[in-house]
Parts: sequence; structure tokens; C-alpha cells
Amino acid sequence: MLKAVLAAAAVAAGLIEPLRAVAGEWNKAAFDAREIGLALKAADVANATASADLIIRAPEIAENGAQVPIEVVSKIPGTQILYLFVDKNPQPFVGSFEFLEGAEPFISTRIKMGETSNVRVVARAGSKVYVALREVKVTIGGCAA
Amino acid sequence: MAEPIRMRIKLEGDVADVRVLIGHPMETGLRKDPKTGELVPLHFIKTVVATLNGKPVMEAQWSQAVARNPYIQFRVKGAKAGDEIAISWVDNRGESNGAKSKVPPAS
Amino acid sequence: MGLARALCASALAAIALACIPAESATPEEDRKHLVELFQARFPGVPLDDYVYGAMIANPGAREQYEQIMEFPPFLEDIERGRRLWETPFRNGKHFADCFPHEGRNVAGDYPYFDPTLGTVVTFEMALNRCLRANGEAELRYGEAQGMGVLTAYARTLSDGMRMQIRVESPEAREKYDAGRALFFRRIGQLNASCAGCHAYYAGSIMRTEIISPALGHATHWPIFRGGEELMTFQGRFKRCMEQMRAVPFGYNSEEWNNLEYFLSYLSNGLPLKSSVFRK
Repeated sequence: MLKAVLAAAAVAAGLIEPLRAVAGEWNKAAFDAREIGLALKAADVANATASADLIIRAPEIAENGAQVPIEVVSKIPGTQILYLFVDKNPQPFVGSFEFLEGAEPFISTRIKMGETSNVRVVARAGSKVYVALREVKVTIGGCAA
Repeated sequence: MAEPIRMRIKLEGDVADVRVLIGHPMETGLRKDPKTGELVPLHFIKTVVATLNGKPVMEAQWSQAVARNPYIQFRVKGAKAGDEIAISWVDNRGESNGAKSKVPPAS
Repeated sequence: MGLARALCASALAAIALACIPAESATPEEDRKHLVELFQARFPGVPLDDYVYGAMIANPGAREQYEQIMEFPPFLEDIERGRRLWETPFRNGKHFADCFPHEGRNVAGDYPYFDPTLGTVVTFEMALNRCLRANGEAELRYGEAQGMGVLTAYARTLSDGMRMQIRVESPEAREKYDAGRALFFRRIGQLNASCAGCHAYYAGSIMRTEIISPALGHATHWPIFRGGEELMTFQGRFKRCMEQMRAVPFGYNSEEWNNLEYFLSYLSNGLPLKSSVFRK
């Protein structure tokens, strides 16, 4: 129902459809993947280039793995989508955020981490993908909390 | 009935800084109910859409690894006082909720 | 010199820079001893910061606390408490009618010693007295969704108020001393006392966690563990006694109410802030 309403609004706007096609439908294959390599492949963001312009702000040691504050900002021009992974989570793909119509490539959120792991962010700018990693230590795991 | 969505919007120049707290259990399916000992079933928000005056500005796809009562902060350029920011979500049970708020004048 | 003081001077002086003798001279002297002990151990930490517990020794933890507290995930729990507080009783009265200033800036006076009852009265007891006086059923102590969320809201009406517990009669002093004795008593299979960790080893690491100082303990309840699980002050006593492998006393027991009285006195002068994030 919501998608129909938004699709109608998007068509009326005449601008959104091509951008929405970049992210597509909820990526079940990527979300279901149980290993980071498979998740990256399913999200079509494998083989990304490391970039220092993709900045992750995360704690060194998470107070509680159930509520880990993560902030990402991309200084890469033309960033359309940010993908968030926790390499060692049972299902590494946490989510993607697509920016349209003037939204800045910036997101701050809180995630669950099951154990000490790299938090991995990928930025998509057109056909190019860039990656940054940040290790977050977890002593109280968040997945079964 | 879905839990509330709380929105806080600040206008900084022509950028609306939007902070949202969404009420949702975001169950991973791995947690045991302490009273029954049974696993609480998977129940999480799958898609989130934010709009500015009805036009999508941010679309997110989530897994159950986003925290309980999820928080998100995003920023939208080209906003002005009186504009409407709306946020909506759909979860894995097909349930949904939404909220909207007007951009206040820059303080 | 009493035996207790002698023991204190010898064995414990090696650990503590200022020693807290087993017998108390006055509550105010106890409090000052504790403040001196911690100010020597944590130089440069402002007194008001002791409400942040173990975070005074962990800037990364404090940063996450501030990030989460900016828009905490447990706001709906507090909101449920607000609805409980604001819903009129069947007789038309409200909780606010039972307290001065409609319940604003009162929590720092609790617990207090009631000479008529002959016991200390905690804030939760006062809430239940209000319910009883207005013909309503009392709430169960230690129950998160009832009394827990009610205090999660009601105590925030006193945020910023400085703790100001009074011990002003011999009878009140007896209750204070009973709480103090429990604080110093070794309990459980681990044979540990509250003082052993939260006075003498505050700031050290035990089982991967930094031990929080007793100063400031009473100021910040309930907490939301991991931002999600509501825990009251006495709920923490329960968990801690269980962790020391001791059989816990019960919610609203005299032992715990007296301990709360003692611990709250120790935090006199510190600012209250309720419903906060903890790991």
C-alpha cells in the first residue's frame, strides 16, 4: 500500500524511478547470507576500493552489543547508497541507506553486534564502490540480548 | 497497534537535520523469552522511507541487526521552515507505521 | 584504638589511601571519608561526575552514554510511567496530590526515617502509600512494568535535585547504621562485601568490568541496561547479591531499605538523574 502511494508520488515527481532502481527490492539474498563474502556478493558490492573519504565513527569498545552507535559520512562525490555490514554477525548484512533528492550521504544509527568484529561500510557512487572498516570490540553480545 | 515514532528536526541553514526514534521490538529470533523459555520469533523492520514534502529523500533496507527501538539520524539539503518530513516503515509481518513533522524555523 | 580501627589501619591501609573505620563516628564523617578516598583515587574528577559511576574511569563509555542519552531507546517506557503517574485514581485524585510541589524535586528526600512507622520510607513506599490512601491497589515492588516504569517517570521530576538525606534522631541513626553494617558485611560464597569492591577497589577491574564507586550510586535509578532492560536500585542489589552467590534479601525488605538509606546519604549533595543508559 505504502509502496503504491510512494511509487505514485515518485512517478509524479518524475525523478525518482531511476534512482530507486539502484537499490531495488529488499535484498533477501544479501540479508540471508551467513558469511561476509557471500553477503557482499549478493549486495553487488564485492571488490570495493578502500577509501579514506568514507568515515566511520564507532566506539572502540561497545558498552552493549545490542545498541552500538554507528555514524557514517561519505565524502566521495556522487555517493548514492551506503551499505552497512558487521563481518562476524550471524548474518553480516545490516542494511543499506539510499540517498535521493538532496539527502546527504550521512547516517547515524544503532546496531546489534554479536561479537568483536569489523564494522564494514561500502559506498556506491554510480558503478564504483568504496569500502572502509572499523573494528569494534564487543564484550556483551547483542544478538541474543 | 504500532509503537510511536518520535521525530526531532532542526534546520541548519538549508539542511534539515532529522533524528528519529522508532518504537519496534526488532527481534532477532535468537532471544529467549525469560518467562516461557521459548524463542521470541523474528520481527523486524525491513524498509524505511523518509520524504520531504512527499518526495522520497532516504530509503533504507534493514535487517534484524538494527537495534531495538531503532534510532536514525539523516540530513536533507534544500529544506526550509514549514516543509514536511515524513517517515514510514514496513516490517516482516507486513505491519507498518508512519509519522510526519514540520521543519521548524532555524533557531 | 578499637580492634576494627586497628585492622583498618594495618591490612586495608595498603589498599585504601584513606581508611573507612568499621565503626562510624557520624554519617557526615562517613560521607567525607568516602569523598576523600575517591578524590585521591580519581584526581581531577568533579564531584558531580560521580553520578556516572564507572564511566568516570572510561571516556569511551561516557561518550556512548551521551550518544544514546541524546535520544534514548527507552523513551516509551518512561512514557508508560508518565501515563501511570498522570492517570487519575477512581476518586479523581492523582499521584501528584500526595507529594509537595506536585512531585517535583522530592526524590532527593527519600529514603527518610518515619518515627511513627519506626522504619525508613523509600520513594516507592511513598508511591504505594499514595495508592493505598486513595483506595487503589498497591504496586508490586521490583516489578518492572508497574512500579519500575512509574518510578522511571516520577523520579525524573526530580532530575537535577541534589540528594539531601537526613539522619536526625537516634532511631534514624540505627537504620543508617544497619544499612552501613550490611554495606561492610561479607556475604555469599564469594565472601565479598559491598565496601570491598565499591569503596576499596572502585576503579579497578573485576571480571572485565570497572568497579563503580559507591559515591553516586543512589542518584541515578532506574537504569536501562543495554538501553533496554529496566532495573531499579533494589533490582541491582538483587543482581549483585546473586553475583556474589548470596541469597538476596527481598524487594522492600528492611535490610535493603536501610541499605538504600545509607547509600543515599553517602550521595548527599550529588545531582539526581533518573532513567539513564547503562551497559
